[in-house]
Amino acid sequence: MSATEQALVNSDTVPLSLRGPAATRVVAGYGFWLFLLSDIVIFAALFAAYAVLSGETAWGPTGVALFDKKHVLIETACLLTSSVTCGFGSLAVQSADRSSTYFWMAITFILGASFLSLEVTEFRHMLAIGARPSRSAFLSAFFTLVGTHGLHVSIGLAWLVVMLLQVATLGFQPMVSRRFFCFGLFWHALDIVWIGVFTIVYLGAH
Amino acid sequence: MLGRLSWAAIPFDVPVVMIAAGSVGFVIVCVLALVTVKGWWPYLWREWITSVDHKRIGVMYIILALLMLVRGFSDALLMRSQLALAAGHAQGYLPPEHYDQIFSAHGTIMIFFVAMPFIVGLMNFVLPLQLGVRDVAFPVLNSVSFWLTAAGVLLVNMSLVIGEFARTGWLAYPPLSEVAYSPGVGVDYYLWSLQISGLGTLLSGINLTTTILKLRAPGMGYSRMPIFCWTALASNLLIVASFPILTATFAMLLLDRYCDFHFFTNEFGGNPMMYINLIWSWGHPEVYILILPAFGVFSEVVATFSGKPLFGRRSMVVATMAICVLSFMVWLHHFFTMGAGADVNGFFGIMTMIIAVPTGVKIFNWLFTLYGGRIRFTVPVYWAIGFMVTFVIGGMTGVLMAIPPADFVLHNSLFLIAHFHNVAIGGVVFGVMAGISYWFPKAFGFTLNERLGKAVFWCWFIGFYLAFMPLYALGLMGATRRMQHYSDTHWQPFMLVALAGAVLILLGIVLTGVQLAVSIRQRERHRDMTGDPWNGRTLEWSTPSPPPPWNFSLLPQVRRPDAFWGMKQQPNPAQQRTSHRTYETIHIPRNNAAGFYLACFAVLLGFSLIWRIWWGAGLGILGAIAVGLVQAWRTDGEIAMSAEQVMAFDRLHGAKEPAA
Amino acid sequence: MNTQTEAQGQSPGANIHTHGTRQSYLIGLGYAVVLTLASFWASSTDVIYAHGVPILLGVLAIAQMGVHLVFFLHISSAPDQTNNILALALGIFVVGLIVFGSMIIVAHLNHNMMPMDRLLQIQR
Repeated sequence: MSATEQALVNSDTVPLSLRGPAATRVVAGYGFWLFLLSDIVIFAALFAAYAVLSGETAWGPTGVALFDKKHVLIETACLLTSSVTCGFGSLAVQSADRSSTYFWMAITFILGASFLSLEVTEFRHMLAIGARPSRSAFLSAFFTLVGTHGLHVSIGLAWLVVMLLQVATLGFQPMVSRRFFCFGLFWHALDIVWIGVFTIVYLGAH
Repeated sequence: MLGRLSWAAIPFDVPVVMIAAGSVGFVIVCVLALVTVKGWWPYLWREWITSVDHKRIGVMYIILALLMLVRGFSDALLMRSQLALAAGHAQGYLPPEHYDQIFSAHGTIMIFFVAMPFIVGLMNFVLPLQLGVRDVAFPVLNSVSFWLTAAGVLLVNMSLVIGEFARTGWLAYPPLSEVAYSPGVGVDYYLWSLQISGLGTLLSGINLTTTILKLRAPGMGYSRMPIFCWTALASNLLIVASFPILTATFAMLLLDRYCDFHFFTNEFGGNPMMYINLIWSWGHPEVYILILPAFGVFSEVVATFSGKPLFGRRSMVVATMAICVLSFMVWLHHFFTMGAGADVNGFFGIMTMIIAVPTGVKIFNWLFTLYGGRIRFTVPVYWAIGFMVTFVIGGMTGVLMAIPPADFVLHNSLFLIAHFHNVAIGGVVFGVMAGISYWFPKAFGFTLNERLGKAVFWCWFIGFYLAFMPLYALGLMGATRRMQHYSDTHWQPFMLVALAGAVLILLGIVLTGVQLAVSIRQRERHRDMTGDPWNGRTLEWSTPSPPPPWNFSLLPQVRRPDAFWGMKQQPNPAQQRTSHRTYETIHIPRNNAAGFYLACFAVLLGFSLIWRIWWGAGLGILGAIAVGLVQAWRTDGEIAMSAEQVMAFDRLHGAKEPAA
Repeated sequence: MNTQTEAQGQSPGANIHTHGTRQSYLIGLGYAVVLTLASFWASSTDVIYAHGVPILLGVLAIAQMGVHLVFFLHISSAPDQTNNILALALGIFVVGLIVFGSMIIVAHLNHNMMPMDRLLQIQR
């Protein structure tokens, strides 16, 4: 496109929908946003299954008996704080500040890993006392819903490591910066899903 | 070492399977040998397998769909011939355990591996061209999507020879699909092949939605976008919002089967009805995913060949988006008889009747577009008119069953089968056939043989009515679906007529192949020299046929709907379009084998999981991750075409663009 | 296929004004902490009418999701965010249908239909 056309198309009087193809950063961001929405729909189906099956304990352990709210509060604190540190890390990426990026993203990693280890501890305890997924529909639904969230967190942590390696080897080129941006969206969305999990599963147990 | 896999998995004692597999295997070997001897591998690898060009990927989807149409239709012929024979005391030639696999495979293949690839392929090819841009939002992801679909195809077809397929119908309801009642590998083949191809479809939905919303030519606001793009937008939004439900539901069934979970089992609190509820909350949007782009094709075809703009453009858009939203609110009509009660049934019955209204609006708009136009009766128009008659009948029987008391009589009868084939064939298949004959010259540079095209249409049209109208009658007489044999011999004449219809459709499919061969032989006579063989209205017709990899040397400036038509009305259209504009460097995505390799690992993963070969599954996952990491570090993703090269191409292809 | 046009809309989470967003994360954290603690308190206290607790929890959860969307993901009503809002709306619509639709439908089914284990007992 010529410079005159460029200017015409960029002018503020032209509505966004008429300005022609969007920049790569916007395209990638929107595509990832749509992917996140599709992921949320997967969780919706799992939440629906949990809601329908949460009473089907087959005379086995119930949620009230199994869940430890203090444990969940600590998990929530870890994940929520990691969202904020991830946000600070995103700002560091935007300003191409290498050491700040490493610092804040490392803290995010540690907090995410702490969340995971707390969750694994809870699962192991449940398995040890016989509250296995194969015991009842309720437990199947619980392990699947919470476990899927935990799986997403694990994938997020692996992705974070890869991203830090990308910064180390490729620097802050647009491709890397775009991917960090998508990671941030992913990480915040996982925290949003967790709000649903702790409210419906743990606090809503009766 | 090899999990449950052993030589016993191959059904050496079943002649039908062995002959089928043998013939297909022989054909495949011949094709591979031919390609090798002729030295075509480098060309195929470079130009098709590793291509990330939406036009190439679109064509590959359609080829895949055509191949699977043959497979799915063979299943149909088996069923029709069995039912023509198995009346009264006769048992036919297909025992129930085989018949069950055949109808399950038929449905699965037709929906997931024929209809979906046809529709996705058309959207892939057409959208960037109609939007006036160079490619979809994520070209490499596009290739991944296609190859994941192909991986699903491979797995389903392997089940014919190694192991068995599901015997549960195309939706695999529990408890029948649970391990207790389907202990074999059939359901696992079904689940893993659909999880893999479903991921491909979801990624495609994300890709095309982003393309439509974020990548359009300058000046193309939403009101100036072609109607096909609007219907594609609605369809892809539905894919993004509904396919994850399928993924999650299948994942829950897989957990039940592999890890002894209890989502849908009979005991320990499982609820099989929840599966049916969830699967249909995907299933209903799925059928609208298939039909909406077909509606879009008809909008384009009817407007072009009437020589008039589409009647009621704005109401068409509103109707499309209304169908998009409403399609999420009717799903219970697939299980009225499961017992939710009158209140719930009533709500969904009313919603189902409401969703017929926007479709009616569309029919009227097409009719009013044709009315008063100078209609050219080309092959696409034949399909369009055939669709309008056939789909309306199918839609009406659907509204009939939307009334719960009526559905209680007709649910799972042959009436239901006739209804959904009526709308699927009359709507989706006819739409795809119209789209293929309409856009074929754009893709390949020459038009298809018209006479053979009309013969194909008549075979399908008459064949469809012969094959399915008897089924409506049989359904009203009490015949149920998925039956391998029936005792009332009065039904046999109807079954024979249905078989005749199926044979006529077979002739239509054969003639499609003949048409292709003849058209290729006659291609010089029917070359499309202008890029605009139909006097089209939308931007794809402003490119050469076939278009260069970058589609448009200069992105068009859009000022009105039916942008190309507007450009053609101007005096000196070529100069108008491109005066005061200079050529610039164009960046084209480089070929990428990631999609192909990812699919190979997906097949390994799927096959290993099916047969419980855990080390194979691990390798598959590691391989997929490795492909992802290699792709993540790729920095040379694009080739630059200099302005001079682009200009040289344009000069070679005639005066559509001026010299700089 | 890079054309040098300006951003056609902002992606969610992008914010052209980088100064001040550190603040937005901290404010968001503040609200989120308050809402989280309120949820945990509400679920274990006797002070609130028992049948109202689930509704209160729901409200607090939705509020906190909103806090995340606005302060962490920077969703706003700006014209360049319209596509993002529409996609989010579609997502919320579908999620609501799946979760609440399934709950209502399965509740009716369970009410009308015999439980599977009882059905099997009868068949044996």
